[in-house]
Order: sequence, then C-alpha cells, then structure tokens
Amino acid sequence: MARRENPEINAGSMADIAFLLLIFFLVTTTMNVDSGVSKKLSEKPPADYVPPVIKEKNIFEVNINRNNELLVEGERMEIKDIKDAAVKFIDNGGGIGKPSENGTPGKACDYCQGDRSDDSSDHPNKAIISVQSDRGTGYGTYIEVQNELLRAYSELRNRLSKQRYGITFDELEESFKDAKKSSEGLNQVDALRKKVEDIKTAYPQIISDAEPTS
Amino acid sequence: MSKFRKKKKGIPAVNTAALPDIVFMLLFFFMVTTTMRETNLVIENPRLPSATEIKKLEDKSLVSTIYVGKSKDPNRDGVGYNKIQLNDKISTAEQVPAFIFSKRDKLAEAMHPFMTTSIKADKESNVGTIIDIRLKLRDVNALKINYSSTAPAN
Repeated sequence: MARRENPEINAGSMADIAFLLLIFFLVTTTMNVDSGVSKKLSEKPPADYVPPVIKEKNIFEVNINRNNELLVEGERMEIKDIKDAAVKFIDNGGGIGKPSENGTPGKACDYCQGDRSDDSSDHPNKAIISVQSDRGTGYGTYIEVQNELLRAYSELRNRLSKQRYGITFDELEESFKDAKKSSEGLNQVDALRKKVEDIKTAYPQIISDAEPTS
Repeated sequence: MSKFRKKKKGIPAVNTAALPDIVFMLLFFFMVTTTMRETNLVIENPRLPSATEIKKLEDKSLVSTIYVGKSKDPNRDGVGYNKIQLNDKISTAEQVPAFIFSKRDKLAEAMHPFMTTSIKADKESNVGTIIDIRLKLRDVNALKINYSSTAPAN
C-alpha cells in the first residue's frame, strides 16, 4: 500500500472556537470591583445595659423623614449644607475631651479650629452624630447623608494630617497600605501605623444610628 | 506565446494563522481578570446609590452579599423595592442569620471577624428593610458592613 503523507490538520476553525469561548467568558463574568460605604456596627448591648448620659450639646442630631427631608439640630436643611454643619459641630472644641483609657484626664482640643462655643461639642472624641431615619426613608437619601457625614470627617482628618505630617490623610493611608504590601516598606509600617492611629484618634468617627421612627 | 503570458496573480490572502493566538490571549486575559457571577439575580439589578467616601472590598472570599430591590417576577414575590435576596431566593430578614452562618462554615474560624457583608440595595428601597437586616447581622456578630455604592461619574 502506498504510504500517504500525513495531511495537515485544518486549523482554520480554531479561531472560531476561541472566539466562542471568549464570548462565553465575557458574558458570564463580571469585572466590576465591589466598593461602597463601609461601616462597623456596634456590638449588641447586654440586656441590662444602661446607656450613658450624654450632654445634649455633644449630640448632633440628624433626622430624615419619610419624604426624604432633613431636620438637623431642629432646623430644616438641604443635603449639601449638612457637611459644613457637621464640620462646625465636630471641630468646635468648646470644652475638654474624654479621659484616656489609662486614666489621664481629658485635655482641651488644641488642634480644633472651631468657634469654641459653649453650646456645641466639647471635643471631637465626645462629639456624637446621631442619625435617625424613618422606616420609609429612601435608601438613596440615607446613603447620601451618611456620605456627607463621612466627608465631614475626612475633611477634618485631611486637614490635621496635612498640618502634622505634610500629606493628606488619604495619602497617608495609601502609603501605609503600600508599605504593608511591599517587603522594603516593613521598617516604615510601624511609623506609618502610628501616624494613621494618631489622626484617627484625634477625629474618631462616631456616627450612630438611632432607632427608626415608623 | 505562453511564455510571455502574464501570470494571473490575485491579491494574496492575509495570513490568519496567528488569529487564534490573539484570541486565546484575550481569552486568558479575561479568564484571569474576571470572577464568575455566583448568584443569579432574582431581583432586578439594583440601581446603587452613589457616594464619594467609598472603600474597595479587597478579598472576595470574605464577602457575603445581600441584595435588596424589586423582584423580577411580581406575580410570585409581590411588588415593591424591599425584597431581600439571599443566595438564589427571595427571603426575609429572619433568614439572614442562617445565611451568615452558612457563609461562615466555609471559612476558618480565625477569619470570621474579617468577614464583610455587602448590602447591594436599590436607591428606592426603604431604610426600614436595611435596618431589619442590620439588626439581624448585629445579632450574629457580623459587624462589618459595606453599603455597596458607585463612585459618581465625572
């Protein structure tokens, strides 16, 4: 029998197969990175928990009703104005701060640039923002308000960080993250962590969600 | 005569032998950079609220997602933007703890405090639904929450 030479395999449809696979993966996969407003819930209080008494002036009350209207400290307000009001409240520094955990008494806020008025918050670490919403409030509005309040905090943190370390808090956190990842950054990690902690304790985010009205 | 006849010469075909290679390269790129969609959405794709102070969720395996929005099938699930989807089904807030426990079972205990619950809720949902979910999450000590939102387009 005559030995025939092996014919070459036709690879012309290879591209079609690969395209088919490609389109399948394009359709079934998602590429978006999940991102959003992060929050840490407080732990569930024990049954016999008595809430501490907090002075009225240290609470910044935000109410959102079911028509998505805002009432801030007893006055109607637009969402765009809430950030400045919150900054003013947090940064007031009218009194002395919370005593620290090791027992040293609280100090007055020496980095605050607020009015130091007597009827607003004593110290950023005492200033509590309380958001009360209705069960019927729109989620979009709720997130907008949360976002504005967080913006108030990041504005203050950025300002203080710039003043103390020459870079904004966002950049500081970024370089802290980078240092943790890279091997050469290891000796900087502790120094950067200290800086980040320092800013965070200077302006702690205290946003609480009050029981909703229904 | 035939010696001088011009040879018929069409335009040579473009060599497409390298086309599969290119397509495969694209294919591998997409396979590596993307993640499989895990759940089928029973609700309509939620229109997320937009926010500026957003953080990225780093580790996908530590994230459990709860969807809130409008059902695709109003005849079966009813109308309104407050339907909660856990895994592949419309559920109620009462089932959230079971959902969290089932997610926890898949991970080592040391990782549990780092688990995040991502709430993907529609803009038109009511805060009441979110608060119900949040109370249930607090009951089972799943304290890290991420309200999924998009960065504003500009």
